[in-house]
Amino acid sequence: MCLGIPGRITEISDPARKLATVEISGVRREVNVACVAGDRALADLVGAWVLVHVGFAMSLINEEEAAKTLEVLKMLGEAQEELAAMRQSKEMLERAS
Amino acid sequence: MKYAEEFRDPVAAKGLLAAIETVIAEIGATADKPVCIMEICGGHTHAIFRYGLNKLTPPGLEFIHGPGCPVCVLPMSRVDECVELAERPEVIFTTFGDAMRVPGTRKSLMQAKADGCDIRMVYSPLDALELARRSPDREVVFFGLGFETTTPSTALSIQQAAAEGLTNFSVFCNHITVPPPIKALLDDPRMILDGFVGPGHVSMVIGTKPYDFIAEDYGKPIVVAGFEPLDLLQSVLMVLEQIRDGRAAVENQYARVVPEEGNPVSIAACEDVYERRKSFEWRGLGEIDLSGLKIREKYAAFDAERKFGIGYGADRQPVAEPEGCACGDVMTGRLKPYQCPQFGTGCTPEMPLGALMVSSEGACAAYYQYGGAELELEPAQ
Repeated sequence: MCLGIPGRITEISDPARKLATVEISGVRREVNVACVAGDRALADLVGAWVLVHVGFAMSLINEEEAAKTLEVLKMLGEAQEELAAMRQSKEMLERAS
Repeated sequence: MKYAEEFRDPVAAKGLLAAIETVIAEIGATADKPVCIMEICGGHTHAIFRYGLNKLTPPGLEFIHGPGCPVCVLPMSRVDECVELAERPEVIFTTFGDAMRVPGTRKSLMQAKADGCDIRMVYSPLDALELARRSPDREVVFFGLGFETTTPSTALSIQQAAAEGLTNFSVFCNHITVPPPIKALLDDPRMILDGFVGPGHVSMVIGTKPYDFIAEDYGKPIVVAGFEPLDLLQSVLMVLEQIRDGRAAVENQYARVVPEEGNPVSIAACEDVYERRKSFEWRGLGEIDLSGLKIREKYAAFDAERKFGIGYGADRQPVAEPEGCACGDVMTGRLKPYQCPQFGTGCTPEMPLGALMVSSEGACAAYYQYGGAELELEPAQ
């Protein structure tokens, strides 16, 4: 939960709540982008690589940095843990509705 | 082989290791009189062990593993309070999975769940918020846990809940901050540290200014580092060069991700939602001034402490650690993990007695997992 995982913003899903769809190692997940939006228009974030911490994009990074970070996370087993936590959380919410 | 495969750039790694060895020799550090560098962040601890950096670097350099694993510094009394909240019939208790196996005095959250409490693991506080929207007849409590990497996400979730007027969502806020325990360690006369490797992702949020006191008031170098093994080696080298040159400054090896001023949106959200507690208890370190965050009065409706009368403000009785558990001595560098009598026998990652064995970022779990792995330094291809 302490190390961010890199992902790429594919679309703005809920502008009012500053939520975007981010693709993280092939998994799509809704992520809050308020911290990386700053003053720019949300639409300008589409295509950007970000570091995601517990569902919040905390930093804009470039593609090379994203690849390097993901490699370390995989080596540490953290990427797999994060993706499993995302999947379990999604399933939990589906059961709740 | 292993070494050559696992480093992106073995030539660069070899060069950095050679430079580290040279500076260690220039300082005159030896195995008997080592330079002690603390890596503050649990992610760095994990990476150091995973890549065997503690074995590749010369014996004159010793890594002291810092308090930067939020699960590991969580006192048993906080876990007891989580269980107490989860035992309320109206409550759905949501938490990051990391906290599930931390022992309390009565039981862990994992055991409480097995005993019938409605405890659900969530990836994000956003999912706890969504659960509250979908469960209007239940009280959804989110366990706010972690350092500055997760404090903004909880703050922004509370702001969102307030904007929507959600009445069944609250946060059990146990967020903590990195700089105060560093100050506490530096104030401890038993602790001999020569410098620090600073946390990468925490610094991405708070920037590098909060570390100024380490260099200015205590005369110790600190270098904010990335997570790649090459980042870590370069950062260690930067700390050692400062020591050799008699300098003490805050340097930023991870500037490609860490801006000097941090993340302004995160800082503003945290300022809006939290205030500092007078002090907060850390497992193994005791009470540390101004090290914990609580929810401000204006967001009282979203504060589980106020809503349910449970938590740090209500009960401040410290709880003794389990008998034989030496987490406190390991955390302050007085004992190596394997010197604890419980290590690997009474305390394993499967059945942890102390918190340092629970998380992969804890020093004991890292020693347990990687301690026996000998990495060989292969010639560069």
